[in-house]
Amino acid sequence: MNKKENNSQVPVVSVANVSFAYDHLSVLEDINLTIHKGDFLGIIGPNGGGKTTLVKIILGLLKPQKGTINVLGTSPKNARSQVAYVPQHAPEDREFPITVWEVALQGRLQSSGWGYRYTREDRQRAADELQRVEMWEFRKRPISALSGGQRQRVFLARALCRDPEILFLDEPTVGIDSRAQENIYDLLQKLNQHITIVIITHDIGVISQYVRSVACVNRILIAHNEGLITAEMLEKTYNCPVDLIAHGVPHRLFQPHSS
Amino acid sequence: MLESFYQFEFLRNALWAGLLVSIACGVIGTLVVVNRLVFLAGGIAHAAFGGVGLAYYSGLPPLACTSVFSVLAALGMGGVRLLSKSRPDTIIGAMWAFGMAVGIILVDLTPGYHADLFGYLFGSILAVTQADLIFIMLIDLLIMTIVFRYNQELIAISYDPEYATVCGLPVMLIRGLLLILVALSIVMMIRVVGLILVIALLSIPAAIAEELTVSLCKMMVLSVIISAVCIVAGLWLSFVFDLASGASIILLTAVVYLVFISGKRLLTQVMRPAAT
Repeated sequence: MNKKENNSQVPVVSVANVSFAYDHLSVLEDINLTIHKGDFLGIIGPNGGGKTTLVKIILGLLKPQKGTINVLGTSPKNARSQVAYVPQHAPEDREFPITVWEVALQGRLQSSGWGYRYTREDRQRAADELQRVEMWEFRKRPISALSGGQRQRVFLARALCRDPEILFLDEPTVGIDSRAQENIYDLLQKLNQHITIVIITHDIGVISQYVRSVACVNRILIAHNEGLITAEMLEKTYNCPVDLIAHGVPHRLFQPHSS
Repeated sequence: MLESFYQFEFLRNALWAGLLVSIACGVIGTLVVVNRLVFLAGGIAHAAFGGVGLAYYSGLPPLACTSVFSVLAALGMGGVRLLSKSRPDTIIGAMWAFGMAVGIILVDLTPGYHADLFGYLFGSILAVTQADLIFIMLIDLLIMTIVFRYNQELIAISYDPEYATVCGLPVMLIRGLLLILVALSIVMMIRVVGLILVIALLSIPAAIAEELTVSLCKMMVLSVIISAVCIVAGLWLSFVFDLASGASIILLTAVVYLVFISGKRLLTQVMRPAAT
């Protein structure tokens, strides 16, 4: 794939000296991270290592105790109209009377004083995005009747409806079979031509083929570099011997991926 | 019953009250159920008794007093639910009992015999006055206006509040508004079934409706219809058999729910072998 180096130096997110704690339990310490325009950043790290917290801070859902965040030249709150988020999928919380179509349309929802009404353009965009993720035929189904992978594609359509500059995804492929996983990653790679993508994931083996850079987070930012995951990085991130992590993961994981 | 209906104003008022209350039951009940606010709603209903006690003690108008007390209780419980990191239900339970205790003490301190106290606990739909009807109608109007205008926002914050926040919606504000509507609905429902039984009327019709539909708006309409049928039929039963009206309504609603879920389970068991 041809990497466009010319725009890769424009920062879209800068996180400076950010620390966050839940009730004195330190989750993130002194994080400094810059995400450039057009990046496809994979955030990896152990469970409870603060990956989701970091993304929620960048989205303005959580306020850090220390440090500053700049998103697209402004505060996370002001940048909200230009970012989109695919949340971690939690099926047990999704028991709700709502159809696929309504969920997708929600991507177009914005704050308006006297109640928002969807326009024809909103419907058109929702329809387009549902078609793009191949969920258009399912539009009348209740979201609770879908499989995990299908649901995740609907959430992706909802996020894409917003025409985001930056797209954040929190473990979008958990509990999805490998073929569906590849479909999602292929789609993300296509989207990456126009959109900066930040993805939290555990699929270390898979992402090394797709991402342009990797950040390892385990309370502190252990490494952030271009595209290659090294054994040393993993060992530092997960605090355990790498062969344990690498178990069952293709060996190419440790090779720098070629374009 | 029909003759008596024409003959007695209180019966007509009761029927109107029942029909008007079902609008709030269905619409707000649906939002309460999908937002998992049933326990909180029970808390508001009981804490509202503090407002009743205050009205007795101070001589202030009961409806206004109870409304203000309930709204404050609702916002307080909503705040606790939001801010408390560990077990908000414990604190809500404490507030539930505290409101009730305040009410009892205040009633105790008020001299005289309080015959109508029972009405607040178990409902007194047959004692509904024209003024009550106007209050119920106004609250219904308020509920319908807000829910109609802000239906997309309400759906969004109910389904995925985090995503709604990222969309830039004022999630706290909408939640607060919803809690105020829940509190006011509860105050009007106390008139019909009493504060102890409110929770059933808020949750059961919506729970039945949820099984029958996949959209929140349809669920609201359907639970309004279910509430109306249950309230009117319960009222009729109480009249025919000379039973307490509030309890008859709730008993009927609960029986309908039981029959519905067991019927549904039976149906799926019968259908399954036929399908294969």
